[in-house]
Amino acid sequence: MAWLNRSLIETRKLGEQEIRQVLKRAGELKKLWRGWRGTEFPHLSLRGRTVVNLFFEASTRTRSSFELAARRLGAHVLNLHPEASSVTKGETLFDTARNLEAMDPDLLVLRHASAGAPYQLSKILKIPIINAGDGFHEHPTQALLDLFTIEEAKGSAKGLNVLIVGDIAHSRVARSNIYTLRTMGARVSVCGPPSLMPPLARELGVAEVFHDLRKGIADADVVMMLRVQLERQNQMQFPSLGEYSRFWGLNADTVQSLKKGAIIMHPGPLNEGVEISQEVASGPYSVILNQVNNGVIIRMALMDLIFDGGSKAGGDRRRG
Amino acid sequence: MSPSQKLNAPKSDSFILSNVRLVDPAAGIDGPRELWIENGKVREVAEKGALTKSGAAKGNELPELVDGKGLTCAPGLVDVHTHLREPGFEYKETIGSGTLAAAAGGFTSVLCMANTNPVNDNPYVTKYIISQAEHHAHVRVYPVGALSKGLKGEQLAEIGKMRDAGIVAVSDDGIPVMNSYLMRKALDYCKTWDLPIISHAEDANLVGQGVMHEGFHSNCLGLRGIPAESEEIIVARDIALARLTGGRVHFAHLSTRQALEHVRRAKQEGLRITCEVTPHHLVFTDEDVSDYDSNFKMAPPLRTHADVTVLKDALKEGVIDCIATDHAPHAPRDKDVLFEFAANGVVGLETAWSVGVGLIDEGVLSISKLIEVLAVNPSRLAGIPAGTLKAGSLADLMLTDLGAMNDFSSASLNSKSKNSPWLGKKLKGRVVATFVEGKCKWNS
Repeated sequence: MAWLNRSLIETRKLGEQEIRQVLKRAGELKKLWRGWRGTEFPHLSLRGRTVVNLFFEASTRTRSSFELAARRLGAHVLNLHPEASSVTKGETLFDTARNLEAMDPDLLVLRHASAGAPYQLSKILKIPIINAGDGFHEHPTQALLDLFTIEEAKGSAKGLNVLIVGDIAHSRVARSNIYTLRTMGARVSVCGPPSLMPPLARELGVAEVFHDLRKGIADADVVMMLRVQLERQNQMQFPSLGEYSRFWGLNADTVQSLKKGAIIMHPGPLNEGVEISQEVASGPYSVILNQVNNGVIIRMALMDLIFDGGSKAGGDRRRG
Repeated sequence: MSPSQKLNAPKSDSFILSNVRLVDPAAGIDGPRELWIENGKVREVAEKGALTKSGAAKGNELPELVDGKGLTCAPGLVDVHTHLREPGFEYKETIGSGTLAAAAGGFTSVLCMANTNPVNDNPYVTKYIISQAEHHAHVRVYPVGALSKGLKGEQLAEIGKMRDAGIVAVSDDGIPVMNSYLMRKALDYCKTWDLPIISHAEDANLVGQGVMHEGFHSNCLGLRGIPAESEEIIVARDIALARLTGGRVHFAHLSTRQALEHVRRAKQEGLRITCEVTPHHLVFTDEDVSDYDSNFKMAPPLRTHADVTVLKDALKEGVIDCIATDHAPHAPRDKDVLFEFAANGVVGLETAWSVGVGLIDEGVLSISKLIEVLAVNPSRLAGIPAGTLKAGSLADLMLTDLGAMNDFSSASLNSKSKNSPWLGKKLKGRVVATFVEGKCKWNS
């Protein structure tokens, strides 16, 4: 089956089959990558292609992950980090993107602080775009790698209780995960202070909203902790990291309430001692490093599908 | 009715307009009439054929005859909420282009808001606007003065001097007056001249960095939301202050069920409260934002289907006094950017009439009621000579082909800016001609 989406902007409209297709390809590529011992990776489906990583927000992890994925498949990679000062206005983004496209790249990977940036760009650019995170909107590849990691650990996401803990209202990771996991048959609940819960959480597809972490994690098969930051503008939402940690942080004590066999995830980077303690992050429940490892694999799978169309033949360099 | 209904414009400001359906609710008229326009005023309104036949019979020399067959004639529309952008933002709109858009939309009088650069917070800017209008305007322009100096919400602007220079209302529109003490004193102070204060009712803190209505769609789009309560809070406050001071408050662009409920009760109580709704809040909802299209971004934001239903009911019941366009021209550099950075507002002068015709078709309003909310009540609010075509009044009128269907595109717009949410849509009801003081200012 051919990959139907040239771009990946959001997971909300992805169907089960499309998600399954990415996971399947990721599984194949992971096996291939693990088993490879030669000098040249046997699946250079992006050879001769140029991938542009346009990151308007600092991100070592995600940017590296995309870069490695593209390079493993043989692509040239251009990393761009426009100065924050020049990106306060959206017009700069449109202008930058049009100029970049004029240089004939094949794929744009975009991270931007504004929700809708990749969607709006997809309306004016012809090349495919992968959303590497836009504002509070979505972070599709994170959700896919999380799903891949969950399936590795638990076999299938279907019927699992997944609890996402943290600032749900302002989290693109939470949104993409809620949509993706729901589509794959998981039961997703959220937990955190009410001031960080989105309005009408249930309409997003959330099963339950918990404010008590112990109650929330009691039934969870998967606990996903979100990074919590205390910036000036959200000091009206919760008073201190210390207080947050006391009520919603995962530590050796709270972990006692976890079900046997449950897994703990975190999209990184960790705020150790805030939403998660160091010992829990590196403890037996944690699959955090598997997520990082799978991040590269999932992004390889996605790029491979975009350019290979799921076939071995490979497409025209300038199709579409 | 022919879809290409045209009017042969008269050569002078004295003529007889025959064969029209006249809708003049202030005179209790909706029927076939003839209007005798003389020197820019309505000399006589007569039954169909009465002037043409009796005049001919008496052998009097009749003025030029203009055949309005198939057309509906109404008092020129009055918009109490327009941004003409001059001075300071002439790249978005000028008094010339904005009033041409007004004429094309059937409007013969517009109130222009004070958020220009410099702000219209002193009599010199007021006089400048009036003088520019004398030279360049196609319709009558009535400036609205700022409530506070520089729209900063700190000190009262020179309202008295501006009133002498020609303002008809006071408003910091675009920026809510967050200081309740200032609002109270402004309401007190304006009683001197019985000037209405137009309130932009949004709690700025609750709006915060919000860019669209807070609800399911803001959630999905990852855009910061603006709860309906941000409007309700200021509406409730200003009603309380109107009660305290006995001042006149007119609420601009109300958008929520809750706000309308407060206005309804305030009116029952007998307070001097009026309000307006925009055409876009009557047609679109937060669902329309789903493409991050900044032509659906405005303050207050588009609300829910339930709110739209309540707005229509309130129009029907007379709780809403006016439909006002909040015509807010913006150039591509303001609008063609990421949604969260895009300027608020849409152009509306050239689509309002069609939206009104849509309301007639939906059974929300009769045509007489529509003219009341688009001409009669707005004139009364602003205290300006408009809103009727009774003998002796100014011959400010519009002629419309109610059945005409138009494909609306940016090429249809006379406004300098093209930021309309109706682009690419079909609109019913065309303004065929607009007259100001008997002179044809628009002829499609």
